[in-house]
Amino acid sequence: MSYDFPILSYIVFMPLLGMLVVLLLHRESHNTIRWVSTFFAFVTMILTLILLKDYDWTTAQFQFVEMYNWIPAIGSSYFMGVDGISVPMLVLTGLLSLISIVISFNITKRVKEYFAFFLLLECGMMGVFAALDFFLFYVFWEVMLVPMYFLIGIWGGPRREYAAIKFFLYTLFGSIFMLVAILVLYFTTEPHTLNMLEMTKLGPTFSHGIQVFTFAFFFIAFAIKVPVWPFHTWLPDAHVEAPTAISIILAGVLLKMGTYGMLRISWPMLPEGIAYFSVPIVILGVIAIIYGALVSMAQKDLKKLVAYSSVSHMGYCMMALGAYTSVTALAGCMFQMVSHGLITGAMFLLVGVLYDRAHTREIAAFGGLANKLPVFTALMTLFAMASLGLPGMSGFISEFMIFVGSFPSYPIYVGIAVLGVVLTAAYILRMIQHVFLGEFDISKWDHLTEINVREILCVAPLAVLTIFIGVYPKPLTDLMRATLENLVMLMAR
Amino acid sequence: MVNLTPLIPELFLFCWALVILLVDLFSKRRTTELPGWLTMLGLAVTGVLLFIFRGGNVWHGMYVSDGFAFFFKIVFIGAAFITVGSSFGLAGRMSHHRGEYFSLLLFSTVGMMFLASAKELITLYIGLELTTIPLFILAAYTKSNRFSAEAGLKYLIIGATSSAILLYGLSIIYGLAGTTHLPQITINLSIYWLTYGEIGPALSTAMIMIVAGLAFKLALVPFHMWAPDVYQGAPTPVTAFLSVASKAAGLAAFARIFVGMLIAFSTDVMAPRDWGNFVAVMAAVSMILGNIMAIRQTNIKRMLAYSSIAQAGYIMVGMVAASHLGISSISFYIFAYLFANLGAFAVVAIFAERTGSEEISDYSGLAQSSPVLSLLLAAFMLSLAGIPPMAGFLAKYYVFAAAIEAGYTWLVILGLLTAVISLYYYANVVRVMYLKPQANKYHIIPSFPAGMVLAITGIGVLIFGLVPQPILDMALDAASSFVF
Repeated sequence: MSYDFPILSYIVFMPLLGMLVVLLLHRESHNTIRWVSTFFAFVTMILTLILLKDYDWTTAQFQFVEMYNWIPAIGSSYFMGVDGISVPMLVLTGLLSLISIVISFNITKRVKEYFAFFLLLECGMMGVFAALDFFLFYVFWEVMLVPMYFLIGIWGGPRREYAAIKFFLYTLFGSIFMLVAILVLYFTTEPHTLNMLEMTKLGPTFSHGIQVFTFAFFFIAFAIKVPVWPFHTWLPDAHVEAPTAISIILAGVLLKMGTYGMLRISWPMLPEGIAYFSVPIVILGVIAIIYGALVSMAQKDLKKLVAYSSVSHMGYCMMALGAYTSVTALAGCMFQMVSHGLITGAMFLLVGVLYDRAHTREIAAFGGLANKLPVFTALMTLFAMASLGLPGMSGFISEFMIFVGSFPSYPIYVGIAVLGVVLTAAYILRMIQHVFLGEFDISKWDHLTEINVREILCVAPLAVLTIFIGVYPKPLTDLMRATLENLVMLMAR
Repeated sequence: MVNLTPLIPELFLFCWALVILLVDLFSKRRTTELPGWLTMLGLAVTGVLLFIFRGGNVWHGMYVSDGFAFFFKIVFIGAAFITVGSSFGLAGRMSHHRGEYFSLLLFSTVGMMFLASAKELITLYIGLELTTIPLFILAAYTKSNRFSAEAGLKYLIIGATSSAILLYGLSIIYGLAGTTHLPQITINLSIYWLTYGEIGPALSTAMIMIVAGLAFKLALVPFHMWAPDVYQGAPTPVTAFLSVASKAAGLAAFARIFVGMLIAFSTDVMAPRDWGNFVAVMAAVSMILGNIMAIRQTNIKRMLAYSSIAQAGYIMVGMVAASHLGISSISFYIFAYLFANLGAFAVVAIFAERTGSEEISDYSGLAQSSPVLSLLLAAFMLSLAGIPPMAGFLAKYYVFAAAIEAGYTWLVILGLLTAVISLYYYANVVRVMYLKPQANKYHIIPSFPAGMVLAITGIGVLIFGLVPQPILDMALDAASSFVF
């Protein structure tokens, strides 16, 4: 498809431009900084919507391709393009970034730095989903870590410094495995290339040993990001200590980079690798589902509960990825990525709203909030129901597709994983019961105010999309069908 | 009549160093900044001359001006230029010997330039000595300071010892080959080897001695013990120069001798690549020890000293690859390292001048009082840690790529693991500046030359990470000076 306007570059670098503009503003003019950041995030989101509109979903071809020489000495080029799995991610990132920026208006500490770092983070995230050159991909992947470190470390909760450096070191530790795998593949291809598409074409010609070795290395890097049990220990710290907006981004976008990386890189590129490791991956997925749900059930802190529920929900994605021969399972995985981004993003947002007012997130401290905060309760309940997979919401669709798609290959594991749904219902309902129902402590919580308009405006699009996808999933399925079919074909080579 | 054209940059710089001495003498030391500016001018002119008189060789190929020499000379001149720029504060506080300071720096630079071009053992050795002897004096320059005096003495003793070991190794090579001309040594040793099928333990002994001698200059473990004390005690700009230029000089000598001359040899004790394995182990230990020791340091100069030990380890990862890619990777690495490390030391010097402190904890909250300075130091730290899009990342990527190509996968994995460790202490500086509450209200405004240095290094670490191709082309050209 010919498209003269380099829209991907604009999407990726618009936030960077925004960062530069923010840096030029005076540090005391807080409102200007906020609105300028909002403006750039908004423009970026509009661009992603234009991308969505002009994307031709009937083909698995990469579209809006941009390719320029960058560093020929190491075989790297500036190569960007999108297909049916990156477009939804770009749109999701654009939306969640805008929402996160608007929800961050209540940040009063070092405002200029906050929004500058946030926009840099958005640039990195967009880049990861658009890059088709390994070196470029890796650069964006790493660039994100630095603003993330600051955002958690400066504006986070009490244990922010520990959480920030843990996140930084843990993710970097994962990335080095990816780097080794990239280098090994680079020297395996002849002529040497860092072009992901070329490499995917050549994938099946690599020896079995190379495929298994690099697959394992890529897997460690991506699994830490997802995070797959047992690589998840950075997640509770980072999620809980991060400020609200960053929790949204972490859960909504960063975790998806792991699964996106798997779908984009290791799965189609190394078919023998996935064939070799598919069963362990399904097992890890099932463990994550059950373990995440059980741990969520034991949480006393609302935010921690949502954080561990992410481990559980991403477990469904891993299970689907293990059942790689089924288009339905992979579509379920993609659905889960989008839907979890919407739902968990909203949950973190709402928990943040409550925390701003109550200054505590302890589940046991609340009770009967439904009377005092009806709108807030309605919204929270909506997303809680979506999270436990109530039919009519996006969560149900994705879980259903994953189960249906994975069942033919792994009936027993799916059987165990279904238990996870029950456990999810248990901890979600328990949370609702303790926080919103029961006795209302009027002496303690009388000062709580209802969710305000700005916050409602942030949640509303997420709520609408969650229900829309849940009721009418066809547009999203259509968007990625051709690509996923192509992926399954590539993996079957 | 010998055609000395390729030597013009070196000759010019040498004369210029003398001019600075004289200017300082006749201006009766009234003008405090003149010698510094003159030195920078001289270095800039030398840089231009380098571009004009590129190529050619002197004295029957014993002194060559090839791509490799050219690249490293650019590095030396760049390092000297930046060092001079951050020396103005130091020079301003000196009541006398100001001119000598700058001319000694230039003499050392001339020595390095000789070294990079040497294709002959004696020239190489003389270049090395001309490099080091002025540095002994410079390390002890603030001689009223006990630490500086100690640094000078330590450096002198260690430097002299290592030179002796190196010289002994070189003499054994001469004994085996009967010549000091590097390409001729290769030929003679090859004939010897083809005739007798072995060379015997003498060559291995020589190799070990040369490695040891040069490893002292590069501060590779286990020959690194001098580095932290000398780095801490020496005046900060001198430390910066030591950590970059002197290291680059050692590197150039190492590449000339090992990759240029000894690559093809097998002895009954050592297989062809065995010096590679030997050096690979040293690189591995340097990366591990340097990075782990750096974590515990509270003084930023000591921390950077250990970091430079680790960085030398990373460079040697590219060296052991001993390939076209390997040489170009170490060239690029030293180039990227130049900006990051000199920049970091420049900030340290500026900060110490204002606050009198070199403790990391005193940088607390600096991001709020001096945002630009902190941003720059953070960028230098991230570049040293190898975080994209800084130049340091591409440098690490490139040396690791070279090592993977040469089959040293274990070394790469180890190097990357230690790079994660290194992030901890580099990020610690960033953490103290950005995450800690403001301790003191230092609004630091650097002087004009120091600001210029910061601008050059700051732009350098970013731009050569994003648009590295011109430098990579030069680095590839440098690697073409070697036959593989």
